[in-house]
Amino acid sequence: MLRMLFRRLALGGLTVFLVSVIIFAGVEMLPGDACTAYLEREAQGQRLENCRRDFGLDQPAHARYLDWASGAIQGDFGSNVAGTRDIATLVGDRLKNSLMLGGLSMLVGVPLALVLGVIAGLTRDRLPDLTISTLAIFAMTIPEFVTATVLILVFSIWLNWVPGIVLTGASAPALDYFPEILLPMAVFTLVMCAHILRTVRSSVIEVLGSDYVQMATLKGVPRGQIVRRHVLPNALLPVINVVALTVAWLLGGVVVIETVFNFPGLGRLMVESIAMRDLPTVQAIALIVATIYVGVNLTADMLTMLANPRLRTLHTRRP
Amino acid sequence: MTDAAPSARHPGAALRMLAILRDLVRRPSGAVGLTLVLGHALLALLSPWLVPHDVTAVSALSMLGQPDALHWLGTDHLGRDIFSRVLMGGREAIWITGIATPLAVMWGGLVGIWFGLVGGRTDDVLMRIVDAFLALPWILKMLVLIVTFGTGDLVLIPTLAFFYGIPVIRIARAATHDVVARDYVQAARARGHRRLDIIVRELLPNVRDALLVEGAMRWSWMLLAFSSLSFLGFGVSPPTPDWGLMIADARGFMSFAPWGVLGPVIALSSLIIGINLTADALARTLGIDRAQKAPV
Repeated sequence: MLRMLFRRLALGGLTVFLVSVIIFAGVEMLPGDACTAYLEREAQGQRLENCRRDFGLDQPAHARYLDWASGAIQGDFGSNVAGTRDIATLVGDRLKNSLMLGGLSMLVGVPLALVLGVIAGLTRDRLPDLTISTLAIFAMTIPEFVTATVLILVFSIWLNWVPGIVLTGASAPALDYFPEILLPMAVFTLVMCAHILRTVRSSVIEVLGSDYVQMATLKGVPRGQIVRRHVLPNALLPVINVVALTVAWLLGGVVVIETVFNFPGLGRLMVESIAMRDLPTVQAIALIVATIYVGVNLTADMLTMLANPRLRTLHTRRP
Repeated sequence: MTDAAPSARHPGAALRMLAILRDLVRRPSGAVGLTLVLGHALLALLSPWLVPHDVTAVSALSMLGQPDALHWLGTDHLGRDIFSRVLMGGREAIWITGIATPLAVMWGGLVGIWFGLVGGRTDDVLMRIVDAFLALPWILKMLVLIVTFGTGDLVLIPTLAFFYGIPVIRIARAATHDVVARDYVQAARARGHRRLDIIVRELLPNVRDALLVEGAMRWSWMLLAFSSLSFLGFGVSPPTPDWGLMIADARGFMSFAPWGVLGPVIALSSLIIGINLTADALARTLGIDRAQKAPV
């Protein structure tokens, strides 16, 4: 068990390391560097050389990687290309906002997905299931910006219930985002809920068809007790991993949702920095997002291991 | 889930295709999905001859006009006919993703099969790199490349094909692992066949179904990605009509001209839902369970 945990931790660490190398190498391969971006048209001759010397860009690549990576571990990402802001504080506020958006959506979306998924699974191919499953397909296939646009149109413009755009600044206290945060939350919740409930549904159906459920049915155990004692605990286990995968996937989707609603989160900062070619900021965001991704997946694996004794041996690694 | 077409085991690729197709259209989701997809493909092909108005014709007199007999879906903020633009708006997306999807499935599939067969250390190392790539959100990877190299077809197609091929590696590798221990692969190995022969003659035919379903799913995700990029202003460049771009443009005027977003919203959604329904029916027809998979 402990060896297994250490192994997973080490693999996670290795993945983060590889990601950092990919990020660094990727930016390295792009034409131009921080100095050509900073000096723009004047980036030539002596000025360019001076700038490169000042920022240490004349060092070999591996030395600069070590410099960047050791700074990043201590939470120091340097300053942005314009040299005006410290990346760590710039990213910090945005990260806090994105985590708030994602966390609140999960708080609503995951329980909702569990309830709806179990209902759909128990009423397989009957009306409740068909309704839920069809709605889920719509919610998960239609692009987030389309869902967002339709929700704004209905709830903000036609019904005038909630504001359709976030006007609060990036470093405002959390409570200031209400009620503006409600619509972005709704889009987030919708997409997340749809993905998770589909897994819950098929997982419930699978367990319902298993031998031990059949045995219990044959013994005459009441249906409610079968569901509570046998189906739910077994069906909900694989869901932990899917929640993790969905969260990870939403790290990308957050970009679109935040841009649509003008929400000052990490995703919008990412698009802005890419558009402005602020590569140091892009690198920092990429590393943070990738670390969250790996962390969430790792946590999910460990939770699954804790909850399921069958997975605690070394050689039953799940694919 | 295992109700694969009985004729699926007979040799003869064309016959098998027909059998799969017949099975596909018998399922309600397959029939609806295929109709949507084929309808969209047909419209994309024929739309240049169908559109009632010039899609780039700007008119200051009819800006943000309501739907009427002349302009069925109204006009946009530059006075262009929205109906014509909706008709033409899928061409770019369908063309680019239609080329990039087979490319992604092919390269991801071959690499995945290769590493599934080779196994061992090489495989471990590759999978770590794949994991590392997957840890970065797709939109970040694509945006960086697009901002650097521009938004032309020649940039978008390879970019989409490259990044969307990486998750295919995992699928192909897993499917290969299921097959590689079977007797006929062992027999081919024992006969001394080269790896390439084993891949082409033994593995590819067995992994093909999984790749086919994966390709259908990839297509819908790629379309989603492409229209999201267009929406953010990094995809199709104006004045070429594109649904994502049209929605982005019309959003600003939504409070007093809401009809501008409806056309492209319905068009884009119906195509993506059509692809998903088809993929779903295809997976069931081929007996592949993809319920557990979340998009990456």
